[in-house]
Amino acid sequence: MILVVCEFDTKLKKSALEILGAAQRLSKSVTAVLLGTGAGNVATEAAQYTSQVLVCEDALLEGAKNMAQAISDLSEQAEATMVLMAGSRGGREIAPRVAVRLNAPYLEDATSLSSIEGGLQIQHYAYLARVTETLEAIAPVVVCSVKPNTQVVAEPSGSTGEIYEVELELAASGIKILGRTVEKTSRVALTEASVVVTGGRGLGSPENFALIESLADVLGAGVGATRAAVDAGWRPYGEQVGQTGKTVQPNAYIAVGVSGAVQHLSGMGKSKNIVAINKDAEAPIFKVADYGIIGDLHAIMPALIEAAKKLRD
Amino acid sequence: KILCLIRQVPDAEAKVKAALGRVDLDGATMALDGMDEYGVEQALRINEGGANTVAVALGNSRFEDAIRRALAMGLERAVHIETDVLLDVVSQAQILKAVVLEETPDLVFVGGQHADTDSQALGAALAEALGWNQITWTTELSLTDGIAKATHDTDDGKESLELALPAVITTQQGLNEPRYPTLPNIMKAKKKEIRKTTPEQYGVSSSKVRIVSQEIQERPRLNKLLDGKDPIAAATELIKLLHEEAKVI
Ligand SMILES: Cc1cc2nc3c(=O)[nH]c(=O)nc-3n(C[C@H](O)[C@H](O)[C@H](O)COP(=O)(O)OP(=O)(O)OC[C@H]3O[C@@H](n4cnc5c(N)ncnc54)[C@H](O)[C@@H]3O)c2cc1C
Ligand SMILES: Nc1ncnc2c1ncn2[C@@H]1O[C@H](COP(=O)(O)O)[C@@H](O)[C@H]1O
Repeated sequence: MILVVCEFDTKLKKSALEILGAAQRLSKSVTAVLLGTGAGNVATEAAQYTSQVLVCEDALLEGAKNMAQAISDLSEQAEATMVLMAGSRGGREIAPRVAVRLNAPYLEDATSLSSIEGGLQIQHYAYLARVTETLEAIAPVVVCSVKPNTQVVAEPSGSTGEIYEVELELAASGIKILGRTVEKTSRVALTEASVVVTGGRGLGSPENFALIESLADVLGAGVGATRAAVDAGWRPYGEQVGQTGKTVQPNAYIAVGVSGAVQHLSGMGKSKNIVAINKDAEAPIFKVADYGIIGDLHAIMPALIEAAKKLRD
Repeated sequence: KILCLIRQVPDAEAKVKAALGRVDLDGATMALDGMDEYGVEQALRINEGGANTVAVALGNSRFEDAIRRALAMGLERAVHIETDVLLDVVSQAQILKAVVLEETPDLVFVGGQHADTDSQALGAALAEALGWNQITWTTELSLTDGIAKATHDTDDGKESLELALPAVITTQQGLNEPRYPTLPNIMKAKKKEIRKTTPEQYGVSSSKVRIVSQEIQERPRLNKLLDGKDPIAAATELIKLLHEEAKVI
């Protein structure tokens, strides 16, 4: 049986639908786990996809340590052979803890999963996404996190699963939350956008990012930034793409005034099409580009925005 | 007392090769993982002069370069658990837990994501093995009377929080600006103590995860580059290509 730990807000998140989809393809026996405040509200939605849903709204379900205890306890009770989690930051903090508790192998950030006799085989990226690794683990139970935006979402199974409320014995986490800020953008979320327009140091000033935003608005795209632009204080950290920022894989990634450093490529190098605008014909970004314009962005971008507008209208 | 876990990884500019299904690092320039440098720097800011700061490295003999670098930045001494086996993160945590129990630090720094395995798991796994709390993706940290106050990045923004030590802190860009070692400190580092041990001494000899293959899969790129001397013509052509050929807009 596969235990699928689902992320949710008022609905199941896309990450949850993806790992439910992955679980459906691996096994007929799938159990969804919903933990934390509001879990009950999404139980019937989850029951569309699995034969069993475990729900717990214990107020102590905060923090990775308690979440991991809950998941490993449920996994042991249900005798799961696999625990699947989203490869979000939160998921990748909790999943290794679950693996330690279960003394199980941990496979991280899988881009594809397949069953093998007595275990699981996955692919994932390594060496700043320059290398694709195939890993396998054979054990009574395997813990795996799954990279967002890599799996086809689940299909309703046609029947409704049983929903069970479960009780857990948790202690206070010892963590006091002092404040939270949620970065909101009026545009499509960077990691879900099918087109991303990213600006780098070549923009020269925060004001010039208006060029990036205008093109993004015309194309309905997300806005990204390089670390150089974020470090300069031109853009919020939430927009950073790369090793220490977000990983994106859009249909088109348009990099403007971006040199194409390895740490940046590790966050966008798997994009289906890469488009570069740079005045330096030798810039490394052109080596990985499908399309590009060699020229000054101050001249190119206004023309590009106009041409995109014409196409849209 | 502070422990900094460190790793030796291929330099970001190094060309990573693969042959016969394995990454080949012969001849690649290796360096202390940039993510680990933030932890080393933070340890040196907390314990000025480097007193009671220890580098801990779990890896092959080449890791000694990274250890010397951390010592040259200012850490006091090091523990090197030397092995050629690439261990899974749960086994690593089991070994490192034993080292932490020997050393009894209040704080352990771990790089937020490693540049070889692309893994974010070690800090969390170690914290769990110890039964400790952890702060991930930490961008601000202050300590007073055994209480850590921190700001860190979450999936959708930022969070500030407070917890009692001991704790594991995983680092992130923005935490600080790591220093460059000075020449006198590089010389001094050569004389600092590195205690050597092996995974077997902690009862671990094999990995729970097997590497089946490692390959470099480069997506072939079209490389259709347009000359921007006539911006309007180039822009019109690019939009046309993206619409009609790539069909992405
Ligand atoms: C541990 C570590 C983690 C890192 N993580 C990340 C990360 O997550 N994301 C990230 O992006 N970086 C990361 N970096 C930094 C990375 O190494 C680069 O320094 C950074 O990506 C460079 O950003 P850039 O391309 O905007 O700037 P630059 O490298 O300065 O490139 C600017 C480009 O703009 C072009 N340009 C200038 N003017 C014009 C013009 N008028 N018209 C057209 N083109 C122009 C230039 O030719 C140049 O190619 C990391 C580094 C380290 C050490
Ligand atoms: N204003 C700038 N415009 C374009 N490139 C720059 C600028 N400042 C620094 N660089 C280059 O960006 C790279 C990284 O710089 P740094 O991160 O500041 O060490 C180096 O190749 C610098 O030459």
